[in-house]
Amino acid sequence: MPNKSIQVNGLQKSYKQLQVLKGVDFEVEKGSVFALLGSNGAGKTTVVKILTTLLKPDSGTAIVNGFDVASKPDRVRQSISLTGQFAAVDEVLTGRENLIMIAKLRHLNHPRQVAHDLLKRFGLTDAADRKASSYSGGMRRRLDIAMSLIGKPELIFLDEPTTGLDPEARIEAWKIVKELADGGTTVFLTTQYLDEAEQLADRIAILHEGRIIASGTLAELKELFPPAEVEYVEKQPTLEEIFLAIIGKKEAI
Amino acid sequence: MEAAKNHFFSDMSVMLGRSMRHILRSMDTIITVCFTPIAMMLLFVYVFGGAIQTGTDNYVNYLLPGILLIAIASGISYTAYRLFLDKQRGIIERFHSMPISRSAVLWGHVLTSVVSNVISVVVIILVALIMGFRSSAGVLTWLAVAGILVLFTLALTWIAAIAGLSAKSVEGASAFSYPLIFLPFISSAFVPTESMPSVVRAFADNQPVTSIVEAIRALLSGQPVGNDIWVALAWCVGIMLVAYFFAMRVYKKRV
Repeated sequence: MPNKSIQVNGLQKSYKQLQVLKGVDFEVEKGSVFALLGSNGAGKTTVVKILTTLLKPDSGTAIVNGFDVASKPDRVRQSISLTGQFAAVDEVLTGRENLIMIAKLRHLNHPRQVAHDLLKRFGLTDAADRKASSYSGGMRRRLDIAMSLIGKPELIFLDEPTTGLDPEARIEAWKIVKELADGGTTVFLTTQYLDEAEQLADRIAILHEGRIIASGTLAELKELFPPAEVEYVEKQPTLEEIFLAIIGKKEAI
Repeated sequence: MEAAKNHFFSDMSVMLGRSMRHILRSMDTIITVCFTPIAMMLLFVYVFGGAIQTGTDNYVNYLLPGILLIAIASGISYTAYRLFLDKQRGIIERFHSMPISRSAVLWGHVLTSVVSNVISVVVIILVALIMGFRSSAGVLTWLAVAGILVLFTLALTWIAAIAGLSAKSVEGASAFSYPLIFLPFISSAFVPTESMPSVVRAFADNQPVTSIVEAIRALLSGQPVGNDIWVALAWCVGIMLVAYFFAMRVYKKRV
């Protein structure tokens, strides 16, 4: 039990007539990266909202870091952090002010120091005193994730962290997730991109029509399918590779 | 739960600091809530004022209470706007997934509304003084005026909270305030209601703005306030309680 970060059993949720979750079960190991994979509208965000205490399930249980989300939401909130689908940064405030604000709300002792350190870690020092509205999509996402790390939560939820980002910013976000995982933080991420799950996740669960239809490590999922056939194909560079080569950002992965 | 409760005031002050920065960095907000009422006051005193018969020599004295209410009504529309954006951009979700007092998020907006309206009211009164506004009112009377204005602000702020939390678009979030800004025009704020046709006058005499304007005007000019102050207080408290009830319901349901 203590090595489980999330345990979900028979989770159901409907919006009016529409049944979004029809009994979802899965577990997330402490310190792992777990990807919930699904197409648009599959209910990924609903799962995240329930696990982050923003939404109550109709039935079923969800235990996060040992606490039930329905009966002990305050305890759950102590140990988690949410990075929503749209970078929820305050655009009128500067990057630094955004971080200080969150540090104060987490009731930390030295909010300025915390902000300073995170700005440095995420390469935002130069932009620290500019309004967040002037940031690029990638910078905004970095600030967003930096805000989520304040207070060192054990478990971080990233809801489609790379949707809407350009390829460069996307690789940057992947790098951050990998660093988080190396630091021992449990990461729960949702994505609609197969390669993202493949790149980042220790375990992958596929959410389809309100149920988890497959889950396991990448290797286990591959076994579900017929063995690979060896074919010889001339490998053309993808447009993404060409793009990255031209702008000289190849070091990123 | 205890932890969250203990932090209510510190969390709320962080929220207050945040939205006050929003106001001070938005020229649009400052122009609308402060300069527009002042411009209107200049217009009415120096352009229309000569032709308006109110039975007093000092039209600034007559006009000021209505101008203050217009300033507050336009001020609270920005509360709705800020709440709407917070909800739409996922900021409220971010706050709600943190171990903070949830009601502090909403109260932070309400407190911001009160503080910013107090500031714009003070600025407008200072300009009115330069334009010749004079009052014989003592400290206690001024406190009574301040009390009515704060209650009026709270009442409208909770209406703004309903609009901001339930709106589907930015326009919807602030459109509700137009009738509120318009109400003072169909009241005794600019001209005595005696000059209006009977149907309009019946409306003007019995809508909240008239009693609030009359009560403030009487207090500031040292006249007996009579029933107006009680009617004014009843309107403000009544609207405030009903709006608070519905705003909280929307807040719990939608957010």
